[in-house]
Amino acid sequence: MSDHEYVPKSKFGKWFNDRLPLLTLSNHLTDYPTPKNLNYWWTFGGILTFCLITQIVTGLTLAMHYIAHADLAFESVEHIMRDVNYGWLIRYIHSNGASMFFLAVYIHIFRSLFYGSYKSPREMIWIIGIIIYLLMMAAAFMGYVLPWGQMSFWGATVITNLFSAIPFIGEGIVQWLWGGYSVDNPTLTRFFTLHYLIPFLILGLVVLHIWALHVPGNNNPIGIDIQKPSKDTVPFHPYIVIKDGFALLMFMIVFAFFVFYSPNILGHADNYIEANPMVTPPHIVPEWYLLPFYAILRSIPDKLMGVIAMLSAILILAALPWLDTSKIRSAVFRPLYKQFYWILVLDVIILGYVGAMPAEGLYLLVARVATAYYFIHFLIILPILGFKEKTMPIPLSITEPVLQDLSTIKKESLN
Amino acid sequence: MKDIFKIIYLTILLSITVHQVKAEEKLDLLKTDWSFKGLFGKFDRGALQRGYQVYTEVCASCHSMKYLSYRNLSEKGGPEFSIEQAKAIAASFEVTDGPNDDGEMFQRPAKLSDKFVMPYGNIKEAQAANGGAYPPDMSVLAKARSGGVDYIYSVLLGYEDPPSGVTLDDGVYYNKYMYGNKIKMSQPLYDGSVEYSDGTEATEEQMAKDVVTFLMWTAEPHLEARHKMGFKAILYLIVLTILVYFSMKKIWSRIESKV
Repeated sequence: MSDHEYVPKSKFGKWFNDRLPLLTLSNHLTDYPTPKNLNYWWTFGGILTFCLITQIVTGLTLAMHYIAHADLAFESVEHIMRDVNYGWLIRYIHSNGASMFFLAVYIHIFRSLFYGSYKSPREMIWIIGIIIYLLMMAAAFMGYVLPWGQMSFWGATVITNLFSAIPFIGEGIVQWLWGGYSVDNPTLTRFFTLHYLIPFLILGLVVLHIWALHVPGNNNPIGIDIQKPSKDTVPFHPYIVIKDGFALLMFMIVFAFFVFYSPNILGHADNYIEANPMVTPPHIVPEWYLLPFYAILRSIPDKLMGVIAMLSAILILAALPWLDTSKIRSAVFRPLYKQFYWILVLDVIILGYVGAMPAEGLYLLVARVATAYYFIHFLIILPILGFKEKTMPIPLSITEPVLQDLSTIKKESLN
Repeated sequence: MKDIFKIIYLTILLSITVHQVKAEEKLDLLKTDWSFKGLFGKFDRGALQRGYQVYTEVCASCHSMKYLSYRNLSEKGGPEFSIEQAKAIAASFEVTDGPNDDGEMFQRPAKLSDKFVMPYGNIKEAQAANGGAYPPDMSVLAKARSGGVDYIYSVLLGYEDPPSGVTLDDGVYYNKYMYGNKIKMSQPLYDGSVEYSDGTEATEEQMAKDVVTFLMWTAEPHLEARHKMGFKAILYLIVLTILVYFSMKKIWSRIESKV
């Protein structure tokens, strides 16, 4: 924070700020020099903050009416949908909000991948982000269990059973997680507790995520280091605030369409059937945002190896700043990486698609190829690319890339 | 760059082929024009009232509807029976209440605040009466089946004689839309199964449409309020977005950079 010398105008403001420098902080936030060429892919950070707050506020309200008990949970959700004032609205915002949250986080992550935002000096931002993403998945999974429908129950059974793959102590761990010999009331109450806790952990990590961001400042589409403040930057307020606000409103329109006109399209019909331990649904599938990892899990014939592969698929991202050996951040100047990037996007979409299909025949084959490619991308292609790729010349600043290219460089070469 | 488009193009082509192959295996559900679909979708009041009649006279002998109360029948956005009608409907059912001051349970006519009376005391009793199959509770049925209202509508009209080679056990019926084609519910609707008081002809299709409309309402009692609010909310958001867009243009014009 470069603006320690900020002095509030009023006497009280000065007295207060000397004891708790909140005004210095807010002054830092409004003046924060931001690259002026940030495109709309950069607005998803703000959108994600909105998603988190929305989930917390609607979640608190739902928790006032929800009953975490195996015999009453399903009924209490129906009570919210029918008898609580605007309960249907709050619940549909919360359930679709989870999907919107993941939609935004995937765009945010893939933006980072494209523009190399994870590279030095921004490794800490990236790693905190991965931890947030892991916590989001845990929160979403446990939240899906709470309505105690068929998919809740059987999803919880399948996922908790993954821990049984751990040699020797696996069975014990699973029973410890369940609080019994099967998914039942103790499982539900502890999932509710954790589901309530995790968003606040995420909130704390988001503060760290932003703090870590404000140390080196934002990356930008051309991925160069920017002198700040300078001709290349604009103060966060009002320029970025209004742009983020505009993008957020566009996002909210999409969000509203789901909430008001197809609130159940992203869910599974079976979750409107109350949990029944005696009846297994024909296909147990997780929510759409977990499907790529579900596909990776099922593509490995061995259970333990499958679990390891699934976890590695996420954790490998944390090592990305060191796996990617290229010094150039933005894919704009990396013609080969750009192609591999799009193949990776496609690969993840394919994984998501086969994750929703039964694990047999052609689907299984495709899942295996796609899983293999996923790891090849990070473990082989990225490290080699950094050495082999012939990158394009990068501009020296945002404001004068054209000038730099045509006049200055030519003059210099003539001299 | 060209390679990317080639790959994307091939994937789309592949997924379309896969979908078509799958579509050939799957029977298309029967479609009808539901009044509650679309941006301004509303329930047809008449259909809801007739649907309630079909439910009570045909379905309710086996299928419970445990999340509904008699008061719901007179609430806005539903069948909208008058309060008197809803009270009369409730009073035609007997519920067990108690214990009274003598410590005994007693029977009394139902009130608006009572939940719909269940046909069976418990699941075991329901199974015993229906050849081992439990008739599912109908409160949220329209949301609990993939295909939703179209699926239920199709199943109601999908009874036919089994094709040669298919043998059915006693108490099992053939239905071309049911998962696995075998269903333990006998055909529930025949032309004239109920007599509508509003003069509508009680054909099989008409009754199926009415009762499924009713089921959509029981599953989603605030659907009309949701559609109404959704339209207002989205209109508001669009207007606000446009205003914010021009404000943004104005602000960014100070530094002559495109947004």
